[in-house]
Amino acid sequence: MLIEKLKERFGAAISEAGAAHGQEFIVVARDSLLEILRALATEPGFEFNSLSDLTAVDWPERKPRFEVVYNLNSLTRNHRVRVKVPIPGDDAWVASAISVWRAADWLERECYDMFGIDFRGHPDLRRILLYDTFEGHPLRKDYPYQKRQPIVPEVDSIVNPIPMSR
Amino acid sequence: MALPARWKEKLEAADPADEIMEIQMGPSHPASHGTIKFNLKLDGERIVDCDVEVGYLHRGFEKMCEQGTWTQAFPYTDRLNYASPCINNVAFALAVENLLDLEITERCKYVRVIMSEVSRIADHLTCLGMAAGEIGAQTVMFYMLEAREFLYDLIEAVTGARLTITWCRVGGLAHDLPADFAERIRASFKCLDSVLADCDQLLSRNRVFIDRMSGLGIIPREDAISYGLTGPLLRASGVSYDVRKANPYLVYDRFDFEIPLGERGDNYDRFNVRFREIAQSRRIIEQAMASLPEGPVSIDDPKIVMPPKERVYNSIEGLMNHFKLVMEGIKVPPGETYTAVEGANGELGFYVVSDGSGRPYRVRVRPPCFFGMGALSQMLIGHMIPDIITTFGMINMIGGECDR
Repeated sequence: MLIEKLKERFGAAISEAGAAHGQEFIVVARDSLLEILRALATEPGFEFNSLSDLTAVDWPERKPRFEVVYNLNSLTRNHRVRVKVPIPGDDAWVASAISVWRAADWLERECYDMFGIDFRGHPDLRRILLYDTFEGHPLRKDYPYQKRQPIVPEVDSIVNPIPMSR
Repeated sequence: MALPARWKEKLEAADPADEIMEIQMGPSHPASHGTIKFNLKLDGERIVDCDVEVGYLHRGFEKMCEQGTWTQAFPYTDRLNYASPCINNVAFALAVENLLDLEITERCKYVRVIMSEVSRIADHLTCLGMAAGEIGAQTVMFYMLEAREFLYDLIEAVTGARLTITWCRVGGLAHDLPADFAERIRASFKCLDSVLADCDQLLSRNRVFIDRMSGLGIIPREDAISYGLTGPLLRASGVSYDVRKANPYLVYDRFDFEIPLGERGDNYDRFNVRFREIAQSRRIIEQAMASLPEGPVSIDDPKIVMPPKERVYNSIEGLMNHFKLVMEGIKVPPGETYTAVEGANGELGFYVVSDGSGRPYRVRVRPPCFFGMGALSQMLIGHMIPDIITTFGMINMIGGECDR
C-alpha cells in the first residue's frame, strides 16, 4: 500500500520496488536520490522523519558493486521503508543526506570509514571509528579480516601539535 | 628549559582572558569510560565548540560476524551493549528468524520478554547509578549496583554467566528458566523495591542533584527526531515512541504498561524517564510470569536447532545432525531484513543480509547510543566543563555498542 503510493509519487525514478519478510523496499537511481529522500522525509503521507540506519553492502561480483541502504522510520505514521541505491565500485559516491536528517552526519562518516564511499556535500567527511592513518576500508569484501595495519609512529604532541579536527 | 616557540607566542599574546583554549579531554578520563575523547574549545570554563571522538573500542564486530556461522555471531552480540546483553541476543535471533520466516514457541516468546526486561532494569540501574556516582552521589551508586547484583544473580541462574551470556539461539534458547525462577525473581524484586525507594528519597528532593541535572543538555523535540535519537533520550524530549508499543514484537502487545515521558529533554528528564521505566519493566515481568505458558523453549526442527547431547552421543543421526549444524551452519535463505527491538538505550536494529550460504553475508547493527553521541556536541555547547560529565552520563554511552 505504501509501495503503491511511492510508485505513484515517484514513477520512473523507482527502478524496483517490493516487499519481503513484511518489509517494503524501493531501489532508486543515484541521480534522483536526494530529491526522493527529501520528499520522503517531508511530504505528508510519507513523513519519514527519522533516519533509522544508513549502511552499505559490498557485492564484489555484481555490477554495480555497492548498495547504499537507508532504513527510514516515520514516528508520526508508524511505518518504515528501505531505500537502496546501487553505485559502481570505481565511482563510489552518493549525495549526502545531511540536509535532510542530522543523523546522516555520523552515519555517512561511518559508511565512508568502512566502505570508502564518498558522500558528496558532507561538510566534514573523515573517519570516525578508525584512525586517520588507517589503510583501506575494512568492510569491503576484498579486505582480509586478518590483515595487520602498519604501526603508526609516535608523534610528540608538543613538537607537532595534533590539529584540532574542527 | 627553553619554551617551544608556539607557547611563547601564546604567552606573549595580548590578553589571555580573551583567548579560546583548546583542550583534549579523554579518552583516559574516568567519566568518559575510557573510550571517548572530547576536543573542546573553551572560553574560560564555557564550551564554545566540542568535537566528540568515538572509536577507541572498535573491534570490527560487523566484519567478524561475516567470518563464522549465524550461530557463531551470538557471542559477538553479547559484547555490544554489555550492560544488557540479553536484549542484543534477542534482537539478533529475531532478525535471523525473520529471514527464515520462523515461528518460535509461545514459552520462548514469554521467556525472552522476561529476560529482556530484567536486562533493561539492570542496564538502567547501571546508567543511573554511575551517573549519580559521577556527580558525587556515591551512596546511590552503591545502592543501585547492589540491586543490579541481585539481578545479575538471576541472570546467572538462567544463563550460566553474568555478562557474556550467549543464551539465545536461532529458533529458541540455550536453556529454559530454572525451576525456582519465580521465587528468585520475587526475592530480587524485594531488594530492588527497597533500593529504588531509598534512591528516590536520596535524589528526588536533593538540591545538589537537581541543580546539576536540571536545564542542562537540552535537546528539543524536532532536533531529537532529526538526530535519530530513540529510547529514553527521545522520550525525555516528549516524543512518545517505543518500539515495544509501535511495532510490538514477541508478545509485548499482550501486556499493560506505560511509556514514561519527559517534557524539556534535559538531563533531569532523561534520569526520570529511565527511573520510571524500571517500574514499567517490573510490571511487564510480573504479568509475563503470571501468564507464562508451559511447553518447550526451542522449536523442533533439526535443520535449525541442535539435537540434545544424548542423541549426539548415542545415535548416528544425532551425531550427523550435530556435525552438519556446527560445520555448515544454519542455511538461511537469501534475503535481507531490518529488525528492530527496544533496547535499553533505544531502538536496537539488526540489518542482516544472507546470500544463502551458512554464513551471514552482512550483519549491520544500529547502535542506539551512537546516535546519542552524535547529538552530544549540540547538547554541550554553551555549558560548562562539569556539565559534560552529567550530559555524557545520561546518554549512557556503552563503548562496546557505540564503537562496535
